[in-house]
Amino acid sequence: MYSDKVIDHFTNPRNVGIIADADGVGEKVSASCGDRMKIFLKVSDGVIEEIKFQTYGCGAAIASSSMMSELVVGKTLEEALALTNDDVAAALDGLPAPKLHCSNLAADALHEAIKDYQDKG
Amino acid sequence: MKRIYLDNNATTAVRAEVLEAMLPFYREQFGNPSSIHWAGRSVSEAVEEARERVARLLNARPEEIVFTSCGSESNALALRGSVVFSEAWNGHVITTAVEHPAVLNSVRFLEKQGVAVTILPVDGDGLVDLDLLEASIRPETLLISAMWGNNETGTLFPVAEIGAIARRHKVRFHTDAVQAIGRVPVDVQAAGVDLLSLSGHKFGAPKGVGALYVRKGTGLTPLIHGGHQERGRRAGTLNVPGIVGLGVACERAAADLDLQVPRIRALRDRLEEGILSRVSEVRVNGHRRQRLPNTLNVSFAYIEGEAILLFLDMKGVAASSGSACMSDSFGNSHVIDAMGVDPMMANSNIRFGLGPDTTEEDIDFVLEILPPIIQKLRDMSPFYSEKAAG
Ligand code: FES
Repeated sequence: MYSDKVIDHFTNPRNVGIIADADGVGEKVSASCGDRMKIFLKVSDGVIEEIKFQTYGCGAAIASSSMMSELVVGKTLEEALALTNDDVAAALDGLPAPKLHCSNLAADALHEAIKDYQDKG
Repeated sequence: MKRIYLDNNATTAVRAEVLEAMLPFYREQFGNPSSIHWAGRSVSEAVEEARERVARLLNARPEEIVFTSCGSESNALALRGSVVFSEAWNGHVITTAVEHPAVLNSVRFLEKQGVAVTILPVDGDGLVDLDLLEASIRPETLLISAMWGNNETGTLFPVAEIGAIARRHKVRFHTDAVQAIGRVPVDVQAAGVDLLSLSGHKFGAPKGVGALYVRKGTGLTPLIHGGHQERGRRAGTLNVPGIVGLGVACERAAADLDLQVPRIRALRDRLEEGILSRVSEVRVNGHRRQRLPNTLNVSFAYIEGEAILLFLDMKGVAASSGSACMSDSFGNSHVIDAMGVDPMMANSNIRFGLGPDTTEEDIDFVLEILPPIIQKLRDMSPFYSEKAAG
């Protein structure tokens, strides 16, 4: 049901955790199943230097958070803001249809964190 | 990798002796039991022998057994068949919030046809209030449908007490005993049951065969019209190999109640105690004592069930979950919800269904791998770290 990439990111998620002195923190709760993703960013010179996530959710949600974190680390905020839910799902070699909303959580939570950083700035 | 199957409430493997008994009925004894010639006769004898075996397990009479295709068909036949037979489209049916969807959705179907429906709530252990049940009975009540053992939590309803209430009010009593057969003694006389559903594949018979016990004198309109099979209660050429297999499985189930069930119960208890002593913030869903001996449903705070199942599966362990992320409708299990369990706890419920093949090594293996899985997922969960931070 899940691609090898999903299984890989679910089994060995990258960038799990929190950043105590994060520059931006964002989170998103899924309306459908109550799952929740929290993103912490370290930003310098408009580039995401470090990203950490915490996820309460299914395998697809955890894999999406992990994949998203890999996609945006080292990217500019503009590039990160341009990341779409579809990009995350595509990078995971697709998700089963009922699990597409789990990847939405990842991009949305990231964008919330960037917004938080920008609001502070 | 060793494979450990702990999802016996979903389905079971066909028992070797069941399969062996079935095989001659595919090629050698392939006749239609309705035929009068030699090919039909011996087959019809085998079908009647199976009927006797099913009846014996339930303490019923052979003519009270109707063979069906599965538990869902048995439930539909009991519910719809009773209402259609009564022709009382303004009648009333009582059931409970934790029934299998085959019952709940049959009841909802009847409701659309105009039948009044009462769905009784359950308490935190998944039990119904019997006074409320009795008070819900109206003059026009046709039927009470309450399951014997719950498929998700294993909670056992006090069927004999419900049967006594139904008797007192001269209301039909149907019970879905799909999960109970082979796991607890099921006696239709002692329980005062009028209709009882069972399904072969939950206890070592193949998929595609089930039965409905219909107490003598309980009128039913068939779902499937056609020939006169099953005394006019269910048309269709009989699934002879399946029926033969069901008969053997029933015979073995009776023996297993003494031989296997105490062992399975001890293993289930070992699993339960092991989890409770190794993992914090765990909730056992279901009644702690009045419960199917093979079933353990547990929730783990701060995490979600599908993720747990995936990690278990990677280690070769098959279990199941009623998590919202597992359902197409993104609702938590209606059973756990009805018990008033906190949504986050409900979302991580894992069901272990032990079976005759479960060994102590299997249980110990699960006890070894499960705590790190829970910890790994908790370490990823925002709820867990927030709680740790106070
Ligand atoms: S997070 Fe609930 S289905 Fe993926």
